Amino acid sequence: MKGLKIIVLAKQVPDTRNVGKDAMKADGTVNRAALPAIFNPEDLNALEQALRLKDKFPGSTVTLLTMGPGRAAEIIREGLYRGADNGYLLTDRAFAGADTLATSYAISCAIRKIKDFDIIIAGRQAIDGDTAQVGPQVAEKLGIPQVTYAEDVLELKNKSVVIKRRLERGVETVECPMPCVITVNGSAPDCRPRNAKAVMKYKHSRTQTERQEASEDYINLVNERPYLNIAEWSVNDIESDINQLGLSGSPTKVKKIENVVFQAKEAKVISADDNGIDELMKELITNHTLG
Amino acid sequence: MNNIFVICEVDEGKIADVSLELMTKGRSLASQLKCKLEALVIGHKLNGVENELYTYGADKVWVADDARLEFYTTLPYTSIAVKLFQEEKPQIALLGATTYGRDLGPRVSSALISGLTADCTSLEIGGHEDKKENKNYKDLLYQIRPAFGGNIVATIINPDNRPQMATVREGVMKKEIFDANHKGELVKLDVAKYTSATDFVVKIIDRHMEKSKVNIKNASIIIAGGYGVGSKENFNMLYDLAHLIGAEVGASRAAVDAGYAGHERQIGQTGVTVRPKLYIACGISGQIQHIAGMQESAMIISINNDPAAPINSIADYVITGNLEDVIPKMVKYYKKNSK
Repeated sequence: MKGLKIIVLAKQVPDTRNVGKDAMKADGTVNRAALPAIFNPEDLNALEQALRLKDKFPGSTVTLLTMGPGRAAEIIREGLYRGADNGYLLTDRAFAGADTLATSYAISCAIRKIKDFDIIIAGRQAIDGDTAQVGPQVAEKLGIPQVTYAEDVLELKNKSVVIKRRLERGVETVECPMPCVITVNGSAPDCRPRNAKAVMKYKHSRTQTERQEASEDYINLVNERPYLNIAEWSVNDIESDINQLGLSGSPTKVKKIENVVFQAKEAKVISADDNGIDELMKELITNHTLG
Repeated sequence: MNNIFVICEVDEGKIADVSLELMTKGRSLASQLKCKLEALVIGHKLNGVENELYTYGADKVWVADDARLEFYTTLPYTSIAVKLFQEEKPQIALLGATTYGRDLGPRVSSALISGLTADCTSLEIGGHEDKKENKNYKDLLYQIRPAFGGNIVATIINPDNRPQMATVREGVMKKEIFDANHKGELVKLDVAKYTSATDFVVKIIDRHMEKSKVNIKNASIIIAGGYGVGSKENFNMLYDLAHLIGAEVGASRAAVDAGYAGHERQIGQTGVTVRPKLYIACGISGQIQHIAGMQESAMIISINNDPAAPINSIADYVITGNLEDVIPKMVKYYKKNSK
């Protein structure tokens, strides 16, 4: 069979799992700038599934697509280092403030522009929002089927993919015709590490914006090696209805954000020595909380 | 028209708990908004399914019953919900935040261009003033959820688009029979009219479902470990104590992400919500994400070597110390003094 054209949707996210004390500002709000920006973990699981398909079906290509600020080009480079073939950064102020629906719309417009694809693979959800909505909504916008909670892409049959899904209480194997969207669970295999050759090949890859201050030598290098160009698309590069993008294209609005303040209770402090623990256990047994 | 819909999930021929919990919530929202509560059930062999839903306050139950719908697949379920919502124009539609609801919800909301908020921990009704547009909105659904890894709580609204859609995890809302004698109306949908042949392109080849072995949702005592437990091996201490006192072991997201415990033990907004009579938090700092899933525990004991751990502020008892010291002491006392 001929190679597959695979698009991997990836997002650069703040590492919300490691919110340290310095990540909170004096007023108690989250200082996003202080959080490291990382490749969304489940998008790495998605990339691995794409790379496995590429290994199995020589001639396949893996294309990364991300939407975000300019610095999100970092995760495209990261994907290239791990085995992807090329990438697109969708970046424009017009996309800012988008909820999951407006995000999905923008991404689906970019995919229509890329045009030629068999499978779109994304992580199940991103750790900054945990919504798991963008994958299915992209599928709906493109009018193609979706398979969520995928753990393994098992095989290709004719023009279908056979996929193992991880549900709450078991596993389900489904056969889905291509083209389709697959979202991958964190329980799927981890992504392979960077490949030293790929790092050498792509370490000078840059978007147009990143190249603005580049030397003439570097410009010449990119002209010689076009794969060093990371495609950067603004709203003008995709065909879209501006009213469906960004804040104005978002049906959901944030009415209020509250920082977390717990209603403090009067806690009884127990000393960690034998006496303290014995007293507590005695109380719990006496009042039938235990036993 | 403009009623509240709950899309009900069927689990082994019965309405899933999470759907009944949403019916309970939907009933109180409907009473507040003075509108009707309706349920949509899709599946196969659904005879009589409406009766239980009536007791949870359903005024109308829509049933789509077809052999091809026995197990959930995205496309035909989406077509039915989308078409019915286009006809009935609900103001609010609720789904469980299960693999079913989180697959179906976004697809439906995208097709209807309506907003959807995932994993809400609270749903309320309230107004909104848009000063920029000089518009006043009455009776919107406040969709309240922690965000940003649980460091903030956001209230989301959908001012203009309908239905206002939200998913809620199992166990977050309480399940309560509204009125055992309440009766509603049953409407059977003509599945052929609501779906097309191309909706059935995805085939289920195999299903292996098993009864969940871990039952933290219904445990009366939970010993939960966080990142502070330090390792998978150290979790064994918690299992030992749990075994001794008849408890179940839970975990925070950080502990699950670190591989110390399985996903099925995760407590919190993106895990299970629990209300045990005793909750022993071991090495859990207490991000809101976690607190949202356990704050209604009747009694909370926090064991942590950081006296300033946020979870201590909602605990009834705080033990500042190392788990390696404290837990063996608890085991020792219990062994000596219980019958």
